[in-house]
Amino acid sequence: MNGPIIEVRDVGKVFGRGAGVTHALEGTSLAIEPGEFISIIGPSGCGKSTLLRIVGDLVEPSSGAVTIKGKSPHQARLDRDYGIVFQTPVLYEWRTVLRNVELPLEVMGRPRSEWHGRAETMLQLVGLQAFQQHYPWQLSGGMQQRVAIARALVFNPSILLMDEPFGALDELTRERLNLELLSIWSQTSATVLFITHSISEAVFLSSRVMVMSPRPGRIERTVTIDLPRPRTAHTRATPRFFDLVTKVREGLREDPAVAAGRDVVEEGA
Amino acid sequence: MDAATQSLATASRRPLQRRVASVLVVLAIIAIWEGAKAAFAIPTFMLPHIHEIFGEFLRRGGRGELYVGLMAHNAAYTAWEAFVGFAAGGAAGLALAVSFAYSRLLERGLLPYVIASQTVPILAIAPMIVVWLGTTWVSKAIIAAYLTFFPVTINMLRGFKSVDRDAMALMRSLAATSPQAFFKLQFPAALPYLFTALRISATASVIGAIIGELPVGSRYGMGVVIINAAQYYNWRPANLWAAILVSASIGIAFYHAVAAVERRIIKWRPAEAGDQWQG
Repeated sequence: MNGPIIEVRDVGKVFGRGAGVTHALEGTSLAIEPGEFISIIGPSGCGKSTLLRIVGDLVEPSSGAVTIKGKSPHQARLDRDYGIVFQTPVLYEWRTVLRNVELPLEVMGRPRSEWHGRAETMLQLVGLQAFQQHYPWQLSGGMQQRVAIARALVFNPSILLMDEPFGALDELTRERLNLELLSIWSQTSATVLFITHSISEAVFLSSRVMVMSPRPGRIERTVTIDLPRPRTAHTRATPRFFDLVTKVREGLREDPAVAAGRDVVEEGA
Repeated sequence: MDAATQSLATASRRPLQRRVASVLVVLAIIAIWEGAKAAFAIPTFMLPHIHEIFGEFLRRGGRGELYVGLMAHNAAYTAWEAFVGFAAGGAAGLALAVSFAYSRLLERGLLPYVIASQTVPILAIAPMIVVWLGTTWVSKAIIAAYLTFFPVTINMLRGFKSVDRDAMALMRSLAATSPQAFFKLQFPAALPYLFTALRISATASVIGAIIGELPVGSRYGMGVVIINAAQYYNWRPANLWAAILVSASIGIAFYHAVAAVERRIIKWRPAEAGDQWQG
């Protein structure tokens, strides 16, 4: 494909009116090439989730334009170009794990004979084939989020939107899921837009990390992550990884609002 | 939940212990009833002996028929009216909730009247409905439905509105149609709310049917039995108590029937501590 798969031009988003008005985003621009893994990092309330929802046509921008594969986000949504993973797993509690993963195929009207095999393959990919018949409440938070990833990818979307998917998990689980996500991603051709407030997570996963400033949010700078793939647990111990973490952290600090700021996780490597 | 309450919860889920517990409760009620009657010398026209109440069932009426048979016939009549009213009211309540969930305008326009409908005493409305539609079981079922639909509407509306925002966003991202979002997400998500409402409605429908039987002209049902028994209360107080006992039993049976259906349908949840004594 020629040109970026996701292009955001000068997007602004204003919530509320009059005295209660909030400028969530202002003049935000970015371009993502097909097959990239892009992380957007920034403090809470910098509008990074709003940006993801605008890209996914879940929220309308107040100004600016978004182009997805040369189409409007609305058309891209109707074409089922998006797989989404939210901060919480958002599994449907009345469905078994298998039926949760089948849900997108059901909604899209794919032939019934296809559901089971596709869903089973995805569950195998996330290592949960033994839990097909379990209900969501019987699974740990990390396992539930793996089911959510399987559900997001079951119909082979070209774009995977992930909104702080591992933010609620403990550090060890998060690092394990980071590894798993990379191995899953390497088996798909999806372009990933990943929102996080963890510097090391962003560096470990991404091809580029975009640093966002808070209110109004905009992309302040982009750090290209040239760590070789496949990345392993060992990657986190290399000097280059430390360098890049430091670079992203400095990028965040240069912005006075962020330096004074809130909860960017600086757990380092 | 700490270890003690946990073990208590598992213990009370064991059928034998539950049965023993409910027998103990019944024995305690009998002891308090008869104890109070003896201690304060309460006369029989105020509080008959328990054996007298149960004795009523074995008494023979004017035409030699066993009273228990008469009760069963009237109880079945009331139960039928209540059941039809429950089903119709439940369906109407659900339809209202769905239309309110989909149309802000309908909700704003009609919800105040739905609420107002329940502030009017049913005792005032029942005679009118009987006059309009006659003293058949249909008018009684409609009165039962009148008490049934309201909890269903209010609870389901709440259920539809409490659907997780991101769960809806997921449907949107999959470009789901409106019926798909309803049947695959909103309705199942609201099911626990529906059953909470149906438990309330189950007992309310029996009350509605009985009230519908009170106006002059009714011939069958527990309402008629209660009116008759009340007229002869001073002469034969145990008769009214027996009627009350039967009426309450219908309501309790309805409640448990709903709870049993709920347990069969909502299987995806862990057993909650509160569920054990409800079923």
